[in-house]
Amino acid sequence: MNDQLTTVTTVFIEFYYWTTVVFMFLIHVGFCMYEVGVSRRRNHMHTLMKNTMAIPLVTLTFFLFGWWIYFAFPSGFYWYNFVPDPLPYDPNLVAAPNSPLMGTHLSGANATDAAAGITADGLNGAATWHRLNGVFWAAFLLFSITTASIISGAVIERIRSGAFWIIAVWVGSVTWITDAAWGWSATGWMVKYLGYHDAYASGVVHAIAGGSALAVLIVLGPRIGKFRADGTPREIPPHNPWLVTIGLFLIYTGFWGFYAACNIPMIAPATIAGQITGETWTATNIYLTPTTLSAITFNFLMSLSGGMMAGYIISKGDAFWTYSLGLAGVIAASAGNDLYHPIQAFFVGAVIPCIAYKMHYWVERTFKIDDAVGAVAVHGYNGFMGVVAAGFILWGAPSSPYEGFAQINPVGNFLGAMIMFWGLGFIPTLILTLIINAFGLLRVPPEVEIAGLDVVGQNIYDEAVNEVRQAEIGALSQLPAR
Amino acid sequence: MLLTIGLPSWAVDLKTVGAIYPFQGTETAMAIAALVFWILWHIIQIGQENAELREKRDHVDKENARKAIERY
Repeated sequence: MNDQLTTVTTVFIEFYYWTTVVFMFLIHVGFCMYEVGVSRRRNHMHTLMKNTMAIPLVTLTFFLFGWWIYFAFPSGFYWYNFVPDPLPYDPNLVAAPNSPLMGTHLSGANATDAAAGITADGLNGAATWHRLNGVFWAAFLLFSITTASIISGAVIERIRSGAFWIIAVWVGSVTWITDAAWGWSATGWMVKYLGYHDAYASGVVHAIAGGSALAVLIVLGPRIGKFRADGTPREIPPHNPWLVTIGLFLIYTGFWGFYAACNIPMIAPATIAGQITGETWTATNIYLTPTTLSAITFNFLMSLSGGMMAGYIISKGDAFWTYSLGLAGVIAASAGNDLYHPIQAFFVGAVIPCIAYKMHYWVERTFKIDDAVGAVAVHGYNGFMGVVAAGFILWGAPSSPYEGFAQINPVGNFLGAMIMFWGLGFIPTLILTLIINAFGLLRVPPEVEIAGLDVVGQNIYDEAVNEVRQAEIGALSQLPAR
Repeated sequence: MLLTIGLPSWAVDLKTVGAIYPFQGTETAMAIAALVFWILWHIIQIGQENAELREKRDHVDKENARKAIERY
């Protein structure tokens, strides 16, 4: 950073991503409120802890290997690649947990760096990464925790915490970041060969999370009492609809940070080093193709509004589903919200969530799937259809600023959606969940499920309250009479 | 290949590029469609609300009204 423009640009970008991370943390505050609101009183603390402990577990594992996977897997699996493209960055220099660039660092290189193979300049150099690595890592980490947390709500009130946390690490630090390397990076093989386009992660975050949640739900089974003897479902109402809706509002708020974090706020054509000519700087999406913060602000709000308006009508004013389908509106339009016209975003956000809503009840009735929060519909079916819709609406648009990349097309985006929901979502998580279940570690005992997962904690609380009351009453009786 | 945004590649100088959303030229039609959606939304919503209020009115008797008042 040896001139003022470079300094201002670098520090601005560093601060920009830092701000998005703080905003995105609100997604998890929202998830906690939402899940606790949906769960019954006897399960509150278990539900809360199950969700929140995913945060440190995914953080640690994303530091240890998740970030490395993003840089190592754009062409396949690092040790076995589907395509011959060379890796743009060296994952061992930039993202390995023992790399000096994964710590406090300035823009030069000393003996420690030299021993690790790090230079001051170049694509993998300290000057490029010293102020960006931490905030990039954190932005991706918050996407990771979100992806894991989406599953958490679906499985409440009967899954063992230990099982969920293993699944959370698997989805948050392995499978989703693999799909991000493949389909959500400037050089991912899906972008180059399929023309896959998913700017704000309808597929790479939401479809994979929905597919994974469906796999867990199939093995886990429904909550006791969810289905009548004739197989028809009972409604298990949220214990606190207020908490649920405020939680969803907080998720909306955090989603703003998510959208901003998916962009590169300012970059020169020379830095992109693609086909763009001239000197005009721009914001770009993750694929380094131009968009603006203004465009995604238009489209975020219009797709949210489309989802809420259509959701209100289709659910006949049900608060839970109106808010959920508002979120679904954003998720459905996210794949193309870098380029859509706001009215297109509105209609995509209105139509697709209604289909997902109908699918939720159809799957529930037909396959006896107990998804407590509708996560598979809101994130999975909805994200899948959003990716497919973007393939049609953006048909022919360049997927990349680089030469030799396929253009956006319906077949590429359909195949991409299949990879996200089934290939990296449903199948790997089904295998893991079957293994966990084979060890008897997946589901809590039925006695505990019926009594509530907080049963012992509640007894301890009641005993403590009684003891304190008795002590205070005793102290009161010993006070001198007046 | 269909080309919905009118820009086949990014081999351009960005200062020469304007609108990049799909189906340019349909802005007025899209605005009319959104307007129709908005009007229809109110019509459907009022119909649903009428039905809901009729159902609520039929459900009310003095006993459950008294309970509701006590619940505050």
